[in-house]
Amino acid sequence: MLIKRSEARAGKQRLAAAYQGLSSGGLDRRAFLKQAGVTGVGLAALGAIPLTTVRPAQAGPMNHAQPVTRVKNICTHCSVGCTVTAEVQNGVWVGQEPTWESPINRGTHCAKGAAVRELVHGDRRLKYPMKLVGGQWQRMSWDQALDEIADKLMAVRQASGPDSTFWLGSAKFSNEGAYLYRKFAAFMGTNSVDHQARICHSTTVAGVANTWGYGAMTNSYNDIRNSKTIMIMGGNPAEAHPVSLQHVLAGKEINRANMIVIDPRFTRTAAHATEYVRIRPGTDIPIIWGILWHIFENGWEDKEFIRQRVYGMDDVRAEVAKWNPAEVERVTGVPGAQLRSVAEKFATQKPSTLIWCMGATQKTVGTANVRAFSILLLATGNVGGDGNGANIFRGHCNVQGATDLGLDVTSLPLYYGLAEGAWKHWSRVWEVSYESLLARFDSKAMMEAPGIPTTRYFDAVTLPKDQVQQRDNTKAMVVFGHGGNTVTRMPDAVKGLEKLDLLVVADPHPTTFAVLANRRDNTYLLPICTQFECDGSRTASNRSIQWGYQVVKPIFESKTDYEVMYRLAGALDKAAEKRNMPVRFQAEMFKNIEVRGQEPVAESILREINRGGWSTGYTGQSPERLKLHMQHQDKFDLVTLRAKADAPAEIANDFYGLPWPCWGTPEMRHPGTHILYNTNLPVKDGGGTFRARFGLERNGVSLLADGSYSKDSQIQDGYPEFTVAVLKRLGWFDDLTAAEKASLERHFGANIDSASWSTDLSGGIQRVAIAHGCIPFGNGKARANAWNLPDPVPVHREPIYTPRTDLIAQYPTLPDRRAFRLPHLGQSVQNRAKDLAPNFPIILTSGRLVEYEGGGEETRSNKWLAELQQDMFVEINPRDAAARNIRDGAWVLVNGPEMPQGKATRMKALVTERVGPGVAWMPFHFAGWFMQEDQRSKYPQGTDPIVLGESVNAVTTYGYDPVTFMQETKVTLCQIRAA
Amino acid sequence: MARMKFLLDAERCIECNACVTACKNEHEVPWGINRRRVVTINDGKPGERSISMACMHCTDAPCAAVCPVSCFYTTADAVVLHDKDLCIGCGYCFYACPFGAPQYPRVGNFGSRGKMDKCTYCAGGPQADNIEAEYVQYGSNRLAEGKLPLCAEMCSTKALLAGDGQVIAQIYRERVQKRGYGSGAWGWRTAYRETVAI
Repeated sequence: MLIKRSEARAGKQRLAAAYQGLSSGGLDRRAFLKQAGVTGVGLAALGAIPLTTVRPAQAGPMNHAQPVTRVKNICTHCSVGCTVTAEVQNGVWVGQEPTWESPINRGTHCAKGAAVRELVHGDRRLKYPMKLVGGQWQRMSWDQALDEIADKLMAVRQASGPDSTFWLGSAKFSNEGAYLYRKFAAFMGTNSVDHQARICHSTTVAGVANTWGYGAMTNSYNDIRNSKTIMIMGGNPAEAHPVSLQHVLAGKEINRANMIVIDPRFTRTAAHATEYVRIRPGTDIPIIWGILWHIFENGWEDKEFIRQRVYGMDDVRAEVAKWNPAEVERVTGVPGAQLRSVAEKFATQKPSTLIWCMGATQKTVGTANVRAFSILLLATGNVGGDGNGANIFRGHCNVQGATDLGLDVTSLPLYYGLAEGAWKHWSRVWEVSYESLLARFDSKAMMEAPGIPTTRYFDAVTLPKDQVQQRDNTKAMVVFGHGGNTVTRMPDAVKGLEKLDLLVVADPHPTTFAVLANRRDNTYLLPICTQFECDGSRTASNRSIQWGYQVVKPIFESKTDYEVMYRLAGALDKAAEKRNMPVRFQAEMFKNIEVRGQEPVAESILREINRGGWSTGYTGQSPERLKLHMQHQDKFDLVTLRAKADAPAEIANDFYGLPWPCWGTPEMRHPGTHILYNTNLPVKDGGGTFRARFGLERNGVSLLADGSYSKDSQIQDGYPEFTVAVLKRLGWFDDLTAAEKASLERHFGANIDSASWSTDLSGGIQRVAIAHGCIPFGNGKARANAWNLPDPVPVHREPIYTPRTDLIAQYPTLPDRRAFRLPHLGQSVQNRAKDLAPNFPIILTSGRLVEYEGGGEETRSNKWLAELQQDMFVEINPRDAAARNIRDGAWVLVNGPEMPQGKATRMKALVTERVGPGVAWMPFHFAGWFMQEDQRSKYPQGTDPIVLGESVNAVTTYGYDPVTFMQETKVTLCQIRAA
Repeated sequence: MARMKFLLDAERCIECNACVTACKNEHEVPWGINRRRVVTINDGKPGERSISMACMHCTDAPCAAVCPVSCFYTTADAVVLHDKDLCIGCGYCFYACPFGAPQYPRVGNFGSRGKMDKCTYCAGGPQADNIEAEYVQYGSNRLAEGKLPLCAEMCSTKALLAGDGQVIAQIYRERVQKRGYGSGAWGWRTAYRETVAI
């Protein structure tokens, strides 16, 4: 019999029985409401609903006699940006319907998206603020929690300086939340503010931006429908981005496109490929160079494209020449003939797109990998048109937006960087003086120095003080929306967490941070609501920005990110006053942001972003325009994303979600840019060129485009970025209006000539450039040689922990160095690892499952999802399993070279040919068991996720990309034995 | 009257399990009962295919033929439903079903079965449409609201189709003609005694 869980006790009991011995007990929303009665919390959760309707505040069923409100928001899992249509009755989310009109998902979802309603019924959500007292969780009020946290933060700031606080933000933030958090860190006086992009696509952003201008997906999921060759390398979108496969498979079917999957693992995506290439993990660059070897050998490259739009391709030819088929096969294991066929398809059956994910990026050579991928696209002329491009699938629902808005230790919002000019720009936007911002930092040098990245926070806590280039070690850590099991070297992380003076976790769930270490005090949990309980915009992977509406009020005592940041700023003011510190936060930070009650208004925050986001074209996407797009989703074309002929005038000609760059002011009505660097369209219509951001010439060779320009451009050749000086030279200065000139005069005074398209707050420079058909950032060449990177032309470097120790001498990792205030000892560790390798004969790599996401705390707490994946497991090839007497489904022990002596992780074996011999694969979503210790009892009562398991990162090892400190999660070594 | 069917395009199914959680979410199906599930054959090998599976609402349903209490009935839309007030949980239908659709909650400590539960094609049960009693026993009744089963509506790649048999067969036929391959409408011969001719 089907039993409704909200009605029938038996269902509840049977469900509970299923977890018997697992759960530390709990309280679901209904029980909570019942206990809370009609006081305080209950009312807060239900908002303005009359008391008599408290009883129907349950999951369902829908009462068909009562009106239903439909609210649109965006799925909070991956970056595809599926619209969720929620049916709400009496303030309760009772049903979910397909959103047919969304051009991105057309009604569909994956397992996670179809189960999101469960997130806001919250049986296992964190219900109220808590803190650890002598190792026990205690409930507390919001005011008390924020006061205590603020006081401890200010104590750390007073004793050790602002850089001893570490601010970990979230790709789950809305754009507005992400921006506010970055601003918060700036006002605190530190650049140690980071988020998940560090560990997912930081190397993509660095590598791609250094190639052609912006570090983002160049086209869109929808545009893949135009491709004739689709190459997916280091990605498994069938599990990580299932709805994207709707577009990929459509391209494959309609165009009879080649679908080539290059991966160490025969993934669910590979199962649908027309060609699958199995490689040894960590040999992406030899594969790409091996493909290019055939392309150059046969003259398949796009010579005209290279001549007009690429700098330094000859340097690539020299490197590629070394990678003849024999050497490629020796290093990667892939036969030359197979790569020849791939090369021919990719170069000649165009348009071709290259799709990549974390298989490419989470490497010690991540940036170089991504550069090699981009170079392959450039060599074949596959950038800037329909159906081609670098389709980089980002991971989280707003990791693109959070990256854009500067949750990054190297930049202020929107990639302005940290140099004085960047601070001055944002001080103008924030209407605070540059000097007052400078005074918040330890020094000007620290103000301009990249902060501590999330991959190394624990090193900044535990290393000797003299090895961390700031006043003191990291002492306090504030984590918003981030799992504690997402970073490698967890045994080391435990030591760091235990040594912190203060740990604050603000999240809908306690997360692994709450239970991983043996902390006993000074640890706070703040319940944050999900984005479904909050208004705000989020940027999908294709740069389209979508407005999500609050579905229900925050449940239990949870609050929005905005409110918590606002109130924490207020609490910091009080704490500073108490300690006689001159620094203040709330009034200046929220100076131009509307606050309703205690909650900053999302629309108002977005308007501030619009006022400052010139560098990336985040200026045209006003809340009003975004809301119109959500309202008229059905008026956008499935393939071009352009508003259709019958669209209302206010969205006419727009691309869906105004994908950035959306130049100028909202009133200018730029349509957004569906495909970056597309010279086939005028700039005002979404066209563009490669960005001229690397100077005008290098060693006598011009870096500006040669005879290539966007449609209708009045300058029919390359040109530099626009400044007032350039406008004057072109005789276009007087095209600026009086108001625009006055704004430039006011902000730049005597230095008016230096004002540029990215710092002019009036938008006049952009407007004038675009009126003349020119793109504000200039028309440059993409760089095949990026001279500022450690490897200007990518070269193969063996992973730190490689089974092919014979190749280390020829292909060593980079020498030891320092970056991000910390030592980076890659080569020392590689030399030591060489001797350990024989004891750890299996390569360990990791990835996603469709049912879970990220650290998995939220999805493992969702019973519809948890039921589908109940155990942590390791995939092992039948040959390796047989040699170890391991049967499918049996328990095994896995240990890695950096785990403490005698320790191992315990999980189930999945014996499968999906992985090749000598390779094992683990999903990375599990936590709650740590080296065989079950940590369930350490969660606050009732908040433990349904499914716990060992974390892959208990096994993973040292290894960082030199440019971004991305961690190596895709290639390490391990040993597996039967338990 | 339309003849409702399911059609699974195995060339499109990626085992994302949206159909499974959509069903759970829509009907609040308890843990341990799976009205729909995804099965993968040749897992991890070339030729791997995933198939989303539930009650296919067969023509001349074998479950109905073996039921000792005649609790099954077929609606005018050709949806096979059953009456839980009549069901005795004997399990015969489970043995008769070629798709493994019938599910039984465990009600005691000795493996005794509760009343059978299975996919209703989002068409509820014998009670009046969309009343609470129907929801509690069978889940929501989307068909009565003019909507199709949510599993198919939310399928990420539109591999799972639901609707009038002729309409979905035509969609599938056009797809196969366009792309040039197709492994057939999975389970149709068994369930409906016919195949989709391309």
